[in-house]
Amino acid sequence: MILRREQGGRSSLTSLLPALITVVGLIALIVYFIAVLGWAAFLQTFLYGLTTGSVYALIALGYTLVYGIIELINFAHGDLFMLGSFAALTVLQLTVVGKSPAFPLPPWIALFLALVLPMLFCAGLNVLIERVAYRRLRTAPRLAPLISAIGMSFILINIGLWWKGPNPQSFPALLSVFGSENIVNNLFGTNEVRFSYKELAVILTTIPLLLLLNFVVFRTKIGKAMRATAQDREAATLMGINVDRTIAFTFLVGGALAGAAGLIFGLYTGSSHFLRGFDSGLKAFTAAVLGGIGNLSGATLGGFLIGIIGSFSDRLLGSSWTAATIFGILIIILVFRPTGLVGEQVVEKV
Amino acid sequence: MRNRNATKSRAPGAVAVSSTGLYRSRTEEALRNILHNPVNAVLLGLLLAVVLTYPFLDEWLNLKRITDVIPIMMYILLALGLNVVVGYAGLLDLGYAAFFAIGAYTAALLTSPQSPLNLPNMQWFGNFWFAMVMAFLVAILAGVVLGAPTLRLRGDYLAIVTLGFGEIVPVVFRNATDLTYGERGLGAIGRPAIDIGFLGINFDLGGSPVFGLGNWSTQLPWYYFFLIVGALAIFGLRRLQNSRVGRAWMAIREDEIAASAMGVNLVTTKLSAFGMGASLSGVVGAMYGGYINFVHPSAFEFSTSVILLCAVILGGLGNIWGVILGGFIIQFFDRIMAGELTGFLNDIGTQTGNEFLATIELGNWRFFIFGAALVIMMLLRPQGLLPNARRAAELRPEDQTIQGEVQAEAPGFAGPGIEPTPASVQARESLYEVREQDDSMQEKR
Repeated sequence: MILRREQGGRSSLTSLLPALITVVGLIALIVYFIAVLGWAAFLQTFLYGLTTGSVYALIALGYTLVYGIIELINFAHGDLFMLGSFAALTVLQLTVVGKSPAFPLPPWIALFLALVLPMLFCAGLNVLIERVAYRRLRTAPRLAPLISAIGMSFILINIGLWWKGPNPQSFPALLSVFGSENIVNNLFGTNEVRFSYKELAVILTTIPLLLLLNFVVFRTKIGKAMRATAQDREAATLMGINVDRTIAFTFLVGGALAGAAGLIFGLYTGSSHFLRGFDSGLKAFTAAVLGGIGNLSGATLGGFLIGIIGSFSDRLLGSSWTAATIFGILIIILVFRPTGLVGEQVVEKV
Repeated sequence: MRNRNATKSRAPGAVAVSSTGLYRSRTEEALRNILHNPVNAVLLGLLLAVVLTYPFLDEWLNLKRITDVIPIMMYILLALGLNVVVGYAGLLDLGYAAFFAIGAYTAALLTSPQSPLNLPNMQWFGNFWFAMVMAFLVAILAGVVLGAPTLRLRGDYLAIVTLGFGEIVPVVFRNATDLTYGERGLGAIGRPAIDIGFLGINFDLGGSPVFGLGNWSTQLPWYYFFLIVGALAIFGLRRLQNSRVGRAWMAIREDEIAASAMGVNLVTTKLSAFGMGASLSGVVGAMYGGYINFVHPSAFEFSTSVILLCAVILGGLGNIWGVILGGFIIQFFDRIMAGELTGFLNDIGTQTGNEFLATIELGNWRFFIFGAALVIMMLLRPQGLLPNARRAAELRPEDQTIQGEVQAEAPGFAGPGIEPTPASVQARESLYEVREQDDSMQEKR
């Protein structure tokens, strides 16, 4: 599988038919939702979905980067995200939470540190995980690293449990430094739909990260090495690429994104929990699969879609059913279109 | 693919083909050899005796562990069922606990007086045996329903779909409160009763002492119930392993395309593996419901599936005895060792003044320990403690296998892309000489 920007063109009518059916179905669903919820509630749900979706996109990119380069579903990635949120929380607790924090800092600097330090922490941890649990299994059958990744995920969950205990951890309401004014009200003079600077801040933090990733993968030398390694590891070695270092770099980038997502998601939802990584990770993985695993723009699109789907499911079915909805979608996609929405058809090599 | 290479390179004595053409695993050959030694035979006999009389020993030695041993047996049974799917057919199932849940909830809904199905005109309602059979059938159905859409998927994608299924099932049981009472759980599940009038045997497994023995004997029928089901399962699985369908499972595990080319029907083979694995889980689910007398959605989550997978991998994929050992080790550790060891470490900690040891609670580290077990097993011994020989050959890294193959087939010859060594040149020349001699001899005739 290839980290590619362009998709191969599919032109014949028969191959367009499923896409057509999907589009028609989606439009019908949207019309139905508008009819049930009304315009305002529809837009509101959509905007919330977009916000959470941007975070899912960050996590999904970690899955897709790793899958693109070594064809491994990195099960531990979701739990890495959870540890990232715990690291961010620790930074915030040390700097701004409470009356007399250990190292008092102004909120802006604390936020910056709480973004950068967990990114470094998760990046380092992810490289370490790759080194310990996956590198030796690179030539082993595909199930071996997958099982190793499940084991790693359990280890990280237990570390999270040991770090912050079994109860949900609440984050300080720091996003209010961005103001809680309703942008929609300022622009259109209606309070029926809320979209505050808090939501905007989430999206405005994730989009530069996504653009940065795009730049790294498609414009830099190491990005070129990543794409070459993804295409053909042996040929990349022959071209003088240090494959081990390139794969480690991929884990580094994925881990950094997970760390950033940890802070953003924690601040936005106001809490974190040692099992959060498992279900958020699975949702983000669904996003990666939805977009076509191994495809960067696909993972981003999938992340936003999963966020929106989850938001509508919360609204219409109740949040206790959301996990089932998303996993149902995952199963349907894997069964009917394993290459995802924008993925290319890959013939399985024998 | 790599699997084909792996199957070609047979480890010496890996698979013995008996005169009837049935495969006999290396472990069984080893077992046969072990039994020639009288000491081993006595030890094995002793083990069997302990297993057969454990409840009495437990009471006699005052161990008070029977309520831990029965769940251990239950997990071993589940691991055996998972072994059919993962070990025999090579389909990585990460949602196996879902079938366990389906079996338990089927039994609960068919026997619990709280169940919404408790209708006056249902004649069989409340009968455990009927519920157990229904759990068996419903679980098979669920296995086939899950299996059908995943037929086209392989490897990691299949794992994810089964994982998704395993997540959806508890969510449904948790949220369908009209049927299952959700978080409140379902209680008072029916328990089996054995009433053989003409033999004068009449006891139920409902928690009253049997045979006029003391209070401890309430667990006695359950122990033997699980033991009998376990023995039947082992017998059945061993027969299945050597049957047409069992060999087909192993064939698709090794190479799906090659198996299909040899006439193995992929659809029925995969579905039968899913159905077979699920059915055992369903039966055990019904027994679990009766034994615990309560079902709750939290008992069937992802961690249950992974702990079972851990047992299968630790013991040895595809080998019944290995899986039993693995299930025993994992559950023995989880239920008995962790507690004992915690107390032991705490004692050492208090005596030596080490605060870490004095307060450590191993039960809080079980996920860490299981996770580490999976990683370490994959790194060091991916075939498990008691491996199935064929499975072990498949799990060997690709490069090593090819190398081994080349060396095995042509000793002294260098592999492709490797400079010929003097020894290999010599070997080749001597081979040519032999051939020339053969040719000249044929010409003379």
